[in-house]
Amino acid sequence: MSPPKGLLQIENLSLEIGGVPVLKDVDLAIERGEVMGLVGESGSGKSMTALTIMQLLPHAARARGSVIFDGIDILAATEDQMCALRGDDIGMVFQEPMTALNPVKTIGGQVAEGIRWHTRVSRAEAEDRARQILDRVGLPEAKFPLSRYPHELSGGQRQRVVIAIACALKPKLLIADEPTTALDVVLQAQILDLLRDLVAENRMGLLLISHDLAVVTEMADRITILRHGEVMEAGETARVLSEQEHPYTRQLAQASMHVPRRKETAIGRWAIGSREGSDNVRLPTADLPTAIPLLSVQSISRLYPGRRTSLFRRDAPVHAVDDVSFTIAPGQSVALVGRSGCGKSTLARMILALDKPSSGEIRFRGETITGRSEADLKPARRDMQVVFQDPYGSFDPRQKVEKLVAEPLHLLEAQPSPAERRDMVVHALREVGLSETDLNKYPHEFSGGQRQRLSIARALITRPRLIVADEPVSALDVSIRAQVLDLFADLNDRLGVAYLFITHDLTVARAITDEVMVMHDGRIVERGPTPSVLDSPRSEAAQALVAAAPDLHRALAKKIREQG
Amino acid sequence: MTAYLLKRIAIAIATLVLASLVVFAVLEIVPGDPARLMLGMNASAEQVEQLRTQMGLNDPLLLRYLHWAGDLLTLDLGRSLTYSVPVLDLVRERVAVSLPLALIALALSAVIAIPVGLYSASRRGHAGDTLAMGAAQIGVAIPNFWFALMLIYLFAVWLRLVPAGGFPGWGNGIWPALKSLLLPAVALALPQAAILARVTRSALIDVLNEDYIRTARAKGLPYRAVLWQHALRNAMIPVLTILGLQFAFLLAGTIIIENVFYLPGLGRLVFQAITQRDLIVVESVVMLLVAAVIAVNLIVDLSYAIVDPRLRGRE
Repeated sequence: MSPPKGLLQIENLSLEIGGVPVLKDVDLAIERGEVMGLVGESGSGKSMTALTIMQLLPHAARARGSVIFDGIDILAATEDQMCALRGDDIGMVFQEPMTALNPVKTIGGQVAEGIRWHTRVSRAEAEDRARQILDRVGLPEAKFPLSRYPHELSGGQRQRVVIAIACALKPKLLIADEPTTALDVVLQAQILDLLRDLVAENRMGLLLISHDLAVVTEMADRITILRHGEVMEAGETARVLSEQEHPYTRQLAQASMHVPRRKETAIGRWAIGSREGSDNVRLPTADLPTAIPLLSVQSISRLYPGRRTSLFRRDAPVHAVDDVSFTIAPGQSVALVGRSGCGKSTLARMILALDKPSSGEIRFRGETITGRSEADLKPARRDMQVVFQDPYGSFDPRQKVEKLVAEPLHLLEAQPSPAERRDMVVHALREVGLSETDLNKYPHEFSGGQRQRLSIARALITRPRLIVADEPVSALDVSIRAQVLDLFADLNDRLGVAYLFITHDLTVARAITDEVMVMHDGRIVERGPTPSVLDSPRSEAAQALVAAAPDLHRALAKKIREQG
Repeated sequence: MTAYLLKRIAIAIATLVLASLVVFAVLEIVPGDPARLMLGMNASAEQVEQLRTQMGLNDPLLLRYLHWAGDLLTLDLGRSLTYSVPVLDLVRERVAVSLPLALIALALSAVIAIPVGLYSASRRGHAGDTLAMGAAQIGVAIPNFWFALMLIYLFAVWLRLVPAGGFPGWGNGIWPALKSLLLPAVALALPQAAILARVTRSALIDVLNEDYIRTARAKGLPYRAVLWQHALRNAMIPVLTILGLQFAFLLAGTIIIENVFYLPGLGRLVFQAITQRDLIVVESVVMLLVAAVIAVNLIVDLSYAIVDPRLRGRE
């Protein structure tokens, strides 16, 4: 064994969990003050590498090879030695900020706990230090006293608390496992800035794990690309990504920048032509080629009662959606973008008639759907379907594909016979690139991308005119995501289905939409043709989104300048 | 927090009123004229009618309910038909046995079950867990009176540590009274503890899979500290729910154990009153039990809010 050089030295690491190989001969090294990006698709072993360093693997895991951290052989360390390292010399930040904090303990208590455990200082002193680090991560005392509970904070704020816990004792190594994947782009940029600053301040090593090549390119000095538990390529970020020597690196980079080939629709051509008016909101209603828009939303609002401050008093009601109007023409593909909490999901729920507007009216194919009974809504529900974000959670695991995909058929006027029903399911499956042989499978037999295809098939089976898709690709790996985006583009071309894509990811908007609406604080602050809004945003909200959105081209160009 | 509290209290009062209506209605429906019963079969129709008027049995229904409810609230429970003593005295005597018995059994159940659940959850799948859960399975399956008989045989007949049955009353010192409640409490607690241990274990296993447990481990806390400081409190909600239900059962559902140990408890009182058609005693005890169960549920609701800060902001 060669003597340890840097901060962390992983050599020939192989890992099996319950006899299943997870990692094969992984090599990885991190120096002090260096950011190492670990990239790969889900199941490639990124998180398991991190958990091996932390020795927080499942019981059935068996690791071989060598992991040397700061002169300590991690694989041979006792649990007591690991407890001394974790949280002190090695900190870790996890993907899901909403569930990473204990809901029954205050944030101050949770930050102070690790400090007290490792340094044995008094409770008062630990709280003092907790206060300092919370200040440092951007949660000042005045607004975020130590006595706050996690449920009183937003996702981005909670992630700051998790970072405070991990960095409280100035660790030598910070492991961040998809730290911004669950956050919107603006929060993501803020959290990445914070991590970068902490690295610079403390000469900390950072192992940044992500599936997002653009994020890693922005952050990392060197990157390691992992696939099926094996290192495909490793080296300086600029060199690896500009030369793309390894075919898999090229594949990943291309998938990340993938834009589906789309036929220019009538609407798309029209939209690019119209840019008049000084107002930020470029309303196209008057110019529409068709007389009746497919969907027309007329000044709808949704109010939620304010927080109860005492028994008889409430805060003013919150406008989740505030006087929003827009139209979607048949066959048009529109993106609704905005930060989390801006009201885009509430708006989508009202369009799908899953929630009632407080005021205003929604018309679908010329008929109002607000305030209708379920029975009256059937035709509208048939022509308007939905695809959700999570392809894992949106299927009943105990039902077969045939039944799952056929679900919306109860909306039809004439109920099909079992044979017709089967034909329709097969047709819908073919439409999304699956086959007849999949009819009798259960959801768990499909990969994430295939499952998202299933939910698209389910949405297509009633031949809808509009599909509302809520973050349909954000849970998918880049290569699968490219395929699903292609599928959406293809269906739009062939079947003329209109889309309303709800997303915080501007690359999705750019890839498959004609128009973009930017939502901020419940209002639509900007609307226009996709390229013009994304290239020269006018409103502050749109500018913030565009500036924060990670972009592989831009990030790579910058890295190449830095690293030569 | 105040809003949550007031709402829970309002619900408890509404439940109590509803329950009293049901009890009153059932007593109206059951056949048998209390006046006839009091006077015996030989009384004349006029005598019965006179007593009915005197007892207010001929008043309109609503008035009778209000009268009855008012009496309950002022603890004027009337006189038992068969024992010929005020019902309040009768109930008070029995509660002095049943309440301590239930509390001891509940405490034993919690003290046995929570550590066993913790142990099992933390050693999930290992021999210790299998053994503990096997024992719990047996504990759930075996009826408590069987435990009672075994306990009597072992501790009263063989070792002669405690009396085999009977209750000396609290007047003769606390220790003898406690001693005679000990075996019945253990017999009651064992099956309850078995159920509670299983609930604790499964609640903990759910919690141990949560992300914040991993965060706590990544802080460097040893496994035991994570278990006690992070997992246990989050697993308390289902445990408290079951504890509340168990207390209700232990207060009233102990007839068999009371019979095995010759304890003058509430369960036996209700049983005897029902067989002897002593409806005044039945209604009083039933209302008392209803009130007790509602009070326990209220306490459980409030303890949820203590355990989980997210509930405090709710209405």
